Amino acid sequence: MDRVKTSALSGAEIVVRCLQEEAVEYVFGYPGGAVLFIYDELFKQDKVKHVLVRHEQGAVHAADGYSRSSQKVGVALVTSGPGVTNAVTGIATAYMDSIPLVVITGQVPTHAIGLDAFQECDTVGITRPIVKHNMLVKDVKDLASAIKKAFHIAKTGRPGPVVVDIPKDVTAAVCEFEYPEAIAMRSYNPVKKGHSGQIRKAMQLLSEAQRPMIYTGGGVILSDSSALLRELVKFTGFPCTNTLMGLGAYPGTDKQFLGMLGMHGTYEANMAMQHCDVLLAIGARFDDRVIGNPAHFAQNPRKIIHIDIDPSSISKRVKVDVPIVGNIPDVLEDLLKLLRAGHVPDVSAWWKQIEAWRGKDCLRYDRNAKIIKPQFVLEKLYEITRGDAFITSDVGQHQMWAAQFYKFDKPRRWINSGGLGTMGFGLPAAMGVQLANPGATVACVTGESSIMMCLQELSTCKQYRLPIKVINLNNKYMGMVRQWQQFFHGNRYSESYMDALPDFVKLAEGYGHRGVLVEKPADVEPALREAFARKNELVFLDFITDQTENVYPMIPGGKGITEMILSEEL
Amino acid sequence: MRHIISILVENEAGALSRISGLFSARGYNIESLTVAPTEDASMSRMTIVTSGSDDVVEQITKQLNKLIDVVKVVDLSEAEHIERELMLIKVRAGQKEREDMKRMTDIFRGRIIDVSDNTYTIELTGDGRKLDAFIQALDHGTIIETVRTGTSGIGRGNRILRV
Repeated sequence: MDRVKTSALSGAEIVVRCLQEEAVEYVFGYPGGAVLFIYDELFKQDKVKHVLVRHEQGAVHAADGYSRSSQKVGVALVTSGPGVTNAVTGIATAYMDSIPLVVITGQVPTHAIGLDAFQECDTVGITRPIVKHNMLVKDVKDLASAIKKAFHIAKTGRPGPVVVDIPKDVTAAVCEFEYPEAIAMRSYNPVKKGHSGQIRKAMQLLSEAQRPMIYTGGGVILSDSSALLRELVKFTGFPCTNTLMGLGAYPGTDKQFLGMLGMHGTYEANMAMQHCDVLLAIGARFDDRVIGNPAHFAQNPRKIIHIDIDPSSISKRVKVDVPIVGNIPDVLEDLLKLLRAGHVPDVSAWWKQIEAWRGKDCLRYDRNAKIIKPQFVLEKLYEITRGDAFITSDVGQHQMWAAQFYKFDKPRRWINSGGLGTMGFGLPAAMGVQLANPGATVACVTGESSIMMCLQELSTCKQYRLPIKVINLNNKYMGMVRQWQQFFHGNRYSESYMDALPDFVKLAEGYGHRGVLVEKPADVEPALREAFARKNELVFLDFITDQTENVYPMIPGGKGITEMILSEEL
Repeated sequence: MRHIISILVENEAGALSRISGLFSARGYNIESLTVAPTEDASMSRMTIVTSGSDDVVEQITKQLNKLIDVVKVVDLSEAEHIERELMLIKVRAGQKEREDMKRMTDIFRGRIIDVSDNTYTIELTGDGRKLDAFIQALDHGTIIETVRTGTSGIGRGNRILRV
């Protein structure tokens, strides 16, 4: 596309031209008064395709799922006022998980701002704490550079959502269009290379370690460093664990993988975290769901090396010894070079200990149950999709079981709301994933409570013929709430029971999809097989599962990482 | 511990609310906050007086640096620096008090900048403790109104904060 000055364009045309310049494939959105000029311009072209959702939250989650599964920037377009407030949950979800999005929001005309106009809200004010950056564009002359900046900020450094708020009169105003090729900002220059002295220190610690542990998070996936991580783990022979956000960065089926760590992590991963003598943390942030109580974590002395692009993630909850601020692939390359020239310690005694922990088989569950066990559904899902599907999830027990039982061997295959924990994320995210990966197998693992939070998107799935498989683990409870009430609130199941649930089969059919009810363990596998054989259809599988099943292991809130509640099966 | 943080920030709409919002969202203290443009009209300089443990102050500076509009951040209290605050204070100054009030102002090197039949308005500059001391030294009943700018700070000698 020519980058020379074009004749005068309207603000709305400029928006669309900018999206074309950024090679945006899909915009997820919902029209309204303030964005009508932009929608008019979208109508007149076919390079940027628009996906009409049924609620703005769905638009942002879909753009988010698109981004997570494709490493491109996700784009959403919503109108002013309620369009924005509906989008807020989606924006906050992306912010907590550092997902690069550009969210374009309509605003009332500049002369009406501040006068409580119809569908007016202070978008920049409302979204400020949940975005990487936001801006209100008051002059059409600033529009192209604002959008360029938005894409630049969203995808560089620690990624995140950027909101561009555009008043309606700005989309109607006219000016010369020129899309800047590059953007230079004196106030924003993310680092790339890590400090060589720090990397050397890290190498020394690793080469002298007796009980090393590699702990990695979403940063490895976001920075596309999975291949380098594999090289590092293989070269050193060290054990590796991934956070909920980091699953797939290291192959889930490899022997050196200890499983996920944290509140519902494996026994061996949590034990190894506590008892290691050198901990290498990469693109992870030691959050409360991962290491539990920091005071308990600090009881065992260990040297911690922490690689992260965001300095504020380092030494936030846990003091580290060797901070390395930098872009993960750059740092890992430098570190690998040094390690290759140096010495790798013998850690066979440490592995012996880890294997003993692993021998506990902490994810064991009752395989002879007469009622469907949710874990069984996920194991079968893994088998039937040969571990190669894109799995999105909602939030709760089903999310944890999916994380535990679906062994992700590739990055960007596991799509879930880790930080904000947004129920309702799974289905709209799956739409974005399916559009980013046409032809791929996409399943949304959900529960009967979560799915109803963005259920309306079944209609979007119909419109765009998205053959998602919805795996509904229906135990008629907000399962994770029920589990906490059982453990910590004396079995008082306050408001966690879902009475008057819809008939999900009829519901799916009502939206024009296929619905299947599965009530017996013996029917699980055939139902899954048949559903996944239907390549061009959305199938909603409603599995009636054991109401009393809990997610194990579990570290109760505020407890230490080794203070796990284990299954009664053990 | 008390810290004085100096920030150079792009003169963009909403920059102030990004910074004050960061402090409230993350539960950091603000004792005072001052902001005004610099010799470079595209930038403002802000001085924030805050308090917290070393870990908290480290997080504060990191989080500030993370804001896109923030160009530079420095913790002035880490090394030699000068701080000043301006106070305007209106006091009762009838026939009885006028002499005393004038003398007290002179002792603190303040200036009387407005006079009426029964009031003085005094301008006083110094670090926060000096202003506190002046207020302490006055008979409380004589104070009608006070307004303080909050602390501004600058590094000593070759300690410079600029782009």
